[in-house]
Amino acid sequence: MKATIGLLILFFLKLSTHARTIVTCPECPIKSVHEAYDLAQNCDSIIIKKGQYQIDNLIVKKQIAILGYENPRLISKSGGEILTIASNNVSVSGIIFKGVKTNFLKENAAIHILKVKDFEISNNVFEECFFGIYVEKGKRGSIHGNNIYGNAKVEADSGNGIHAWYCDSLEIYNNNIRGHRDGIYFEFVNNSKIYNNRSFENLRYGLHFMFSNDDQYTRNTFENNGVGVAVMFSRRIKMLENIFIRNWGHAAYGLLLKEIYDAEIIKNTFKENTVGVFVEGSNRINYQRNDFIRNGYAIKFSGGCESNRISYNNFLHNSLDMLVSSKLLDNSLSQNYWSEYAGYDLDKNGNGDIPYYPVKLYSYILNQVPESVVLMRSLFVEIVNFSEKISPQFTPKDVFDASPKMTINQ
Amino acid sequence: MKYILKYSFYEMVRSKWAYIYTGFYLCVTFALYLLSNDLDKTLISLSNITLALTPLIGILFGTSYYYSSKEFLQLLLSQPISRWHLFLGMYGGMAITLCVSILIGIGLPLISFGILSSASVNLFLLLMTMACTLSVIFSLIAFLIAMQFDDKVKGLSISIFIWLFFAILYDGFTLLLLFLFKDYPLDKFTIGAVITNPIDLARILITMNLDVSAMMGYTGAVMSKFLGKGIGMVVITISLILWTLIPLGLLKQMGIKKDF
Repeated sequence: MKATIGLLILFFLKLSTHARTIVTCPECPIKSVHEAYDLAQNCDSIIIKKGQYQIDNLIVKKQIAILGYENPRLISKSGGEILTIASNNVSVSGIIFKGVKTNFLKENAAIHILKVKDFEISNNVFEECFFGIYVEKGKRGSIHGNNIYGNAKVEADSGNGIHAWYCDSLEIYNNNIRGHRDGIYFEFVNNSKIYNNRSFENLRYGLHFMFSNDDQYTRNTFENNGVGVAVMFSRRIKMLENIFIRNWGHAAYGLLLKEIYDAEIIKNTFKENTVGVFVEGSNRINYQRNDFIRNGYAIKFSGGCESNRISYNNFLHNSLDMLVSSKLLDNSLSQNYWSEYAGYDLDKNGNGDIPYYPVKLYSYILNQVPESVVLMRSLFVEIVNFSEKISPQFTPKDVFDASPKMTINQ
Repeated sequence: MKYILKYSFYEMVRSKWAYIYTGFYLCVTFALYLLSNDLDKTLISLSNITLALTPLIGILFGTSYYYSSKEFLQLLLSQPISRWHLFLGMYGGMAITLCVSILIGIGLPLISFGILSSASVNLFLLLMTMACTLSVIFSLIAFLIAMQFDDKVKGLSISIFIWLFFAILYDGFTLLLLFLFKDYPLDKFTIGAVITNPIDLARILITMNLDVSAMMGYTGAVMSKFLGKGIGMVVITISLILWTLIPLGLLKQMGIKKDF
């Protein structure tokens, strides 16, 4: 009996809140998005049809869906923000946003999400906006299928593609981000997932973590950014199956780790970066089954790194495999494949019988005098490396792989 | 001069050393390709080999060729021929032989493996040009040394020292200077140091074409910016032209004054 009453109540509730659809287009009775929004109630949908709409910061305080039909364009009238979402359960999709200008006082974004839960931003295009999507204290939101293209020229006056600040449980996937300062920026964002995104040609970082814990990013591609991904002051970040490619320049890294703890870096590909991974003050990090292909340095350790485990990786044709600036305490290298390894395997167990020392004298020299890069591959350098290999004087004796693999790790 | 060049060339072609030299390159190229089955890797290994070998062979070939044909030279000098043409013809014939050896030894097999239709055709052309340029420059230096010193042992040992200097010691000194003055900005100095040594110049050009990731860091960026741009190419060409013109001028001067 109770169940039936409950069902009846639910049925009437459903009737009373029947969602309506409000259509707006340049030829319709409702011509502007603001008008459509004024008419809408909770659970309604606003459909914006093809056309251009000048709009000035619409603050969404109702639980509605805003849908674009045939790619309408919302252009900021004053150069300020276009949509501010200040209600839970709002979704925005299929719209082209344009015309948010650089502002040195306010971080103007095409979509600004303000202290709300359960939002969904999908399949939109952001053209040359200062910030694309700015999430401030959002929770359980998802951002997917967006194309965010900026025209950032200088770091100081450009914004981020997706910027999240004090958020929790976000899901960001299938986005393309190009030409911003940072592709995706996380500050104080926890328990979030970032996957299948492509972040390329950004001025600073493809993806940037600050003070964010328990996040995971998988299967993303970071190409041609200032630095592929920077993870700073964060704990328990999982980095799986990402591709870091051609992050190239005088201060460019594939992955930059600074003061992070307990991270997992597994099955990533680092290809043709100036420095594959740059590590500073990071402890208990697990590097496993990554491929380092044709980087300048594969891994560059700066000071203060403890208890890192580097195992089952492939180091293929890097100019220099590793550089260690100070003493490495309690770090271990094992079962990696090094393309430069010239040892033998007499007992046929798949591991080389003599250890491999990845730090060469030349990388030590290069660290002291960066200009000596012009001597790379010269006969002199080969001779110096060879003599150092026979009797190590300058290179650390405790950095070695005791069981280097004879064949590439699959 | 045409006849002297022709006879000098024929004489070189008839000597067994030219065949051994060509054969060596043929063997190495084939072996490297068959071992790696990868044109890129073959090119990388070949560039390492040619950068060290072409100057060495050029300088040794040049000295010993001059000494072995010294009597023939003296015979020809009794004829009414311009001295300058005589020396230029002798030198030219030998330099052409060296270049032909390289082109046949490295060029032919790689072309037959289809390098011209692959992506690394630029690197291949660069490698060929640099190998030939290095041969030309170093055999010219060898001629000068041999003309200066009538003693064969002395001439050969000085030749080897010159090769050692440019191939190894020069880089050592550069590194030493870089270390000593590392507190100062050294970009221009390093670029200058590289440009003045033809072997370094060839190596840098090839390395930059090979994999850009080898040239890393700030200096790498500066270098590739400088050497990749128009002005850099002009400077490189000027450097290489000077490296041939100045010794040629010396050859002319010494040839005219040379007293046997």
